[in-house]
Amino acid sequence: MYGNAYIDPNEKANAMIAGEDPIKLAEFEARIARGEKIEPKDWMPKEYRKQLIRMIEQHGHSEIIGALPEGTWITRAPGFKRKMALMAKVQDEVGHAQLLYSAAETLGKSREDMTNDLITGKSKYSNVFNYPAFTWADACIIAWLIDAGAIINQVANAKGSYGPYCRALDRICTEESFHLKYGHDNVVTLATGTPIQRQMVQEALTRWWPPIMHFFGPSDKISQHSEILMRWKVKMASNDDMRQQFLNMYVPKIWDLGLVLPDPKLKLNEETKKWEYTEPDWDEFKRVINGGGPCNAERLAVRRMAEERGRWVRKALYNATEKYVTPLA
Amino acid sequence: MIKSLDPRLTRENIEENNLIAPLTPMDNWETYEVFHQKKRGDQHMHVGIVHAPNPEMALLFGKEQYGRRSITANIWVVKTANVFASEYDDADMFETTPEKQYREAGGYKVMDKINKYKKANKA
Ligand SMILES: [Fe+2]
Ligand SMILES: [Fe+2]
Repeated sequence: MYGNAYIDPNEKANAMIAGEDPIKLAEFEARIARGEKIEPKDWMPKEYRKQLIRMIEQHGHSEIIGALPEGTWITRAPGFKRKMALMAKVQDEVGHAQLLYSAAETLGKSREDMTNDLITGKSKYSNVFNYPAFTWADACIIAWLIDAGAIINQVANAKGSYGPYCRALDRICTEESFHLKYGHDNVVTLATGTPIQRQMVQEALTRWWPPIMHFFGPSDKISQHSEILMRWKVKMASNDDMRQQFLNMYVPKIWDLGLVLPDPKLKLNEETKKWEYTEPDWDEFKRVINGGGPCNAERLAVRRMAEERGRWVRKALYNATEKYVTPLA
Repeated sequence: MIKSLDPRLTRENIEENNLIAPLTPMDNWETYEVFHQKKRGDQHMHVGIVHAPNPEMALLFGKEQYGRRSITANIWVVKTANVFASEYDDADMFETTPEKQYREAGGYKVMDKINKYKKANKA
């Protein structure tokens, strides 16, 4: 899941290419314009490297932290088949983190530093995982709709310019299609089930709708900064475009099930072909991303506990004669 | 203490500010490049890396990461440190020049001569 890294749109745009060799920069941009991929050892602007590390790293963290609210439900998943499927999904998400961390490593940030920045709260992860999965239905809504959002983001990013990230995303997208189907199947089962099941899934949907609307981030300001990131194929679609795409694909499917979305303004404008909705509460988004959400503290504390308790095993297996070499691709 | 919706986590008595010493370099070991063969007869293909303390564990992690879903006949792992790679900057050395036509099947055209010969000898 979950590649919606939060890139601060207020960064000084002009600083982005300051001091770069103009000839190398022109060759680099021409390569991207030709549709060729950038590989780890290629020359690249400092800002390209920095933005990609931040984006891929945050994406990796989101996979790891996203496994927590879902993992909670493995032991309580109803029925053997769903337990097996949820275990497989959670394992996939952790595997996605491995693939993404590997891609970020090729840009020169070590996996240890990425983990350190996660557990100290320096790096962010997708804001949706600071909310709890109260019931089994919440886990079903996550698997269907959060993964759906993630797929839109990941399919877009897979067409980006950095080779290792694209390769990781191609592999990830294949697995996501199972997550989506599995999540949809669970939601349909509840929505077409008993009145209690229907109520359960409706309540979960109502709870998750605001975080889902936050998922793609605030509207991007049109800035020189974001234009350069688009030209470099680091950012592949605007947050609003991805949100529109999501609404277009999934609101009708939700309404098909007779479920209600908690936004009276939500409708497709037949003229503009755009969805209209109540502007999400971005102050709440900022408050949660900066640590004020219901689960921020728990997520990081659990991650630190896992890190600390596994440390002796990693130390015991460590061979002091080895030397780290940056992965090739 | 963390009070979680997940009773298993609550039972762990995790301090909210359980600050831990940072990971040090090599805590996650070095990397191995993984090559995956789908079925007998296919080439092994590079699929990515794993971090591992030794080749045996690299195989184990490689199996989990790259072989848990797709069909797999065999995997190889090679320490990243042991791979020698060409530089992308030297890509010009792979350029095929027009003079290399003599290496291509298309560089040999005989039909013109044959047709000319046949025509000349029919008369
Ligand atoms: Fe994922
Ligand atoms: Fe997923």
